[in-house]
Amino acid sequence: MKQTDIQFDQNGLLRHFLTIDGLKRQTLTDILDTAENFSTVGTQQVKKVPLLRGKTIVNLFFEASTRTRTTFELAAKRLSADVLNINIDTSSTSKGESLLDMLRNLEAMHCDMFVVRHNLSGAAHFIAQHVSPHISVINAGDGQHAHPTQAMLDMFTIRRHKQDFTKLRVAIVGDIMHSRVARSQIHALNTLGVPEIRVIAPNTLIPPGTESLGIHIYHDMEKGLKDVDVVMMLRLQRERMSGALLPSEHEYFNTYGITSEKLKLAKPDAILMHPGPINRGVEIESAVADGPQSVILEQVTNGIAVRMAIMSMTLGRQPSAESTEGTST
Amino acid sequence: MKILIKQGHVIDPANNIDAVNDVYISNGKIESIGKAPEGFKAKKIIDASNQIVMPGIVDLCARFREPGLEYKGTIASESAAAAAGGITTVCIPPDTEPCIDSVAVAELINQRSVTAAKCNIVTQAALTLGLQGDHLSEMAILKKQANSVGVSNGLKPLKNILVMRRAMEYAASCGLTIFLHSEDVGLANNGCAHEGAVSTRLGLPAIPESAETAAVSRDLMLIEQTGVRAHFSHITSANALQMIAQAKEQGLPVTVDTSIHHMHLVDLDIGFFDSNCHVIPPLRSQRDKDGLRIGLQKNTVDVLCSDHQPHCADAKLAPFSATEPGISGLETLLPLSLRLVNDKVIDLTTMVSKLTIEPANILGIKAGSLSIGSSADVCIFDPSINWTVNPSEFISAGHNSPFADWELQGKVSHTLLAGTITYQS
Repeated sequence: MKQTDIQFDQNGLLRHFLTIDGLKRQTLTDILDTAENFSTVGTQQVKKVPLLRGKTIVNLFFEASTRTRTTFELAAKRLSADVLNINIDTSSTSKGESLLDMLRNLEAMHCDMFVVRHNLSGAAHFIAQHVSPHISVINAGDGQHAHPTQAMLDMFTIRRHKQDFTKLRVAIVGDIMHSRVARSQIHALNTLGVPEIRVIAPNTLIPPGTESLGIHIYHDMEKGLKDVDVVMMLRLQRERMSGALLPSEHEYFNTYGITSEKLKLAKPDAILMHPGPINRGVEIESAVADGPQSVILEQVTNGIAVRMAIMSMTLGRQPSAESTEGTST
Repeated sequence: MKILIKQGHVIDPANNIDAVNDVYISNGKIESIGKAPEGFKAKKIIDASNQIVMPGIVDLCARFREPGLEYKGTIASESAAAAAGGITTVCIPPDTEPCIDSVAVAELINQRSVTAAKCNIVTQAALTLGLQGDHLSEMAILKKQANSVGVSNGLKPLKNILVMRRAMEYAASCGLTIFLHSEDVGLANNGCAHEGAVSTRLGLPAIPESAETAAVSRDLMLIEQTGVRAHFSHITSANALQMIAQAKEQGLPVTVDTSIHHMHLVDLDIGFFDSNCHVIPPLRSQRDKDGLRIGLQKNTVDVLCSDHQPHCADAKLAPFSATEPGISGLETLLPLSLRLVNDKVIDLTTMVSKLTIEPANILGIKAGSLSIGSSADVCIFDPSINWTVNPSEFISAGHNSPFADWELQGKVSHTLLAGTITYQS
């Protein structure tokens, strides 16, 4: 089975949203434009549009999440879909029901979309390969592979502030190694035509072969942040301190944490982003997180419109020849 | 029964035979090649014209899963698959359940292979008890009473290097070859794919090349010190192979094999998480694949093997890193080796040698040749038949193959084990 583009249906329309790797610029632009249309829904008196009325969306979260799950839920509800939240502790299911059996059961309840978060890379692809033909899958983060909706809301936020991607210099700072967000951001920025993407981190947090994603590596914040238009911070998980990756939080903040001082190296109108949840004093100084250049809360707000766009595009495709009660592939 | 294999292109590197010839078999043994023995009356004649007649393949590493993992494969099912692949002898690593650290387990396997009667089986004894890496197994007894051909710790590297040193010293005094899966556990860090652009793009836990090179370099030092005869199993990186080539030049008693899939696949073949490409050691870079092929050309690589690991379907139905590693390879070993001939990496005689007499020599067994008087273990194949791999048609219980839909050339028509036809297409 050679599946090259399982993200698209037989009519070339976006059926699943699993990774940005391999998508065309037009697809990303369509998502951003659609999201722009949805961005006002949240500010209206009636915060709902009837696009996905009668559809059932399952939030299938094998990993804890507050922000992502909540915004997916809100996005689905604003599109008038019915939402089911399922939180699964992987440690308790690992010995019991297999992932595939669980999917079969949910399919038997006639759901239309799975929004999946899983701690293993490739989980969303695996699920997309095995669901019935009428079901769409959205990747809400799989292992260290991809978090494409986060990257799209980041692109949406950048576009609101900077308009033209092809004139930007962007720096991504922090733990690239373990970050699915960074991988998706890099693919999105490249696809949208950003000419210079920098990655700033110590070697222990940059996996070999990262250059092949189309970035420049810096180990020094002073050089890396110079004249950039966008600073994208990554969250540093505290458990990374236990291994031999980094000496201490103190040293990390000292070398790679963003402070008002360091932010001055970027262009004066540079924006500061973070996918959240932020670790104040570890990767980001409070004054910067709450400062005028920070767009961190805007990112959260934009997440709803972007997720509405992706859900409506995948699930609200033109009714095609595909069966609605198809058998498994 | 007297059998005549007529007019086949006989290739037997052990005896320098490479010509169209008739092969005469009686009482399960090769009686003559070329000239008909006096009064020879064949009960069966196999027309081998336009086909290659070679010694039955000796597969240096294949897991038959019995005892303990019969849901993945049995000695009966996998022996039949071996026969279909032209294989007449396989060497089984000790990681069955329970593992081969007692004569009882080894004998069970030996007996089942006699019952199945589709291929010969030889076993490697566990290097340490329960493959735990702490205590040495009773390897002298296993050699004496169960004919174990060597010792190995399966795919479990020893954590304590002192145990490795002692094991090598002891194996050397027993006259046993040690088979090494050279991997540094710490560097491998529970990874599942080669560390490089692909693992980074897919966010898969990665195994660096240094997990292999560091271990090989350390093992070479210990081999030099202890004088043990050692065999490096399934080497995957060009750099490790280079180190072994140097050691060979210096006269160290080492040999090396590569699994046939590492000669054809690289990390890029994982695509978007194809779990059939999940294998340990992992598929490496294009550069490594090229290096392995050069090593084969330069005769550093002594043997090509299947590294057969059949799985039930469930084992591959999960996100990539949660699937079980391994490829069902018995039935594609010969055509994939032939592909190396067609790719002009090696010639046909070298290919036959690396599938027959060379592995037999490493195992120290009488097999892998068509010498007069030897057991009539023969593989006859048509090198011109094109076929498309369809793993669901495998005779092996394991249908896990990344070669699905590959167009391959060369198909076995007959396999003979001690003069008995064990497979016929």
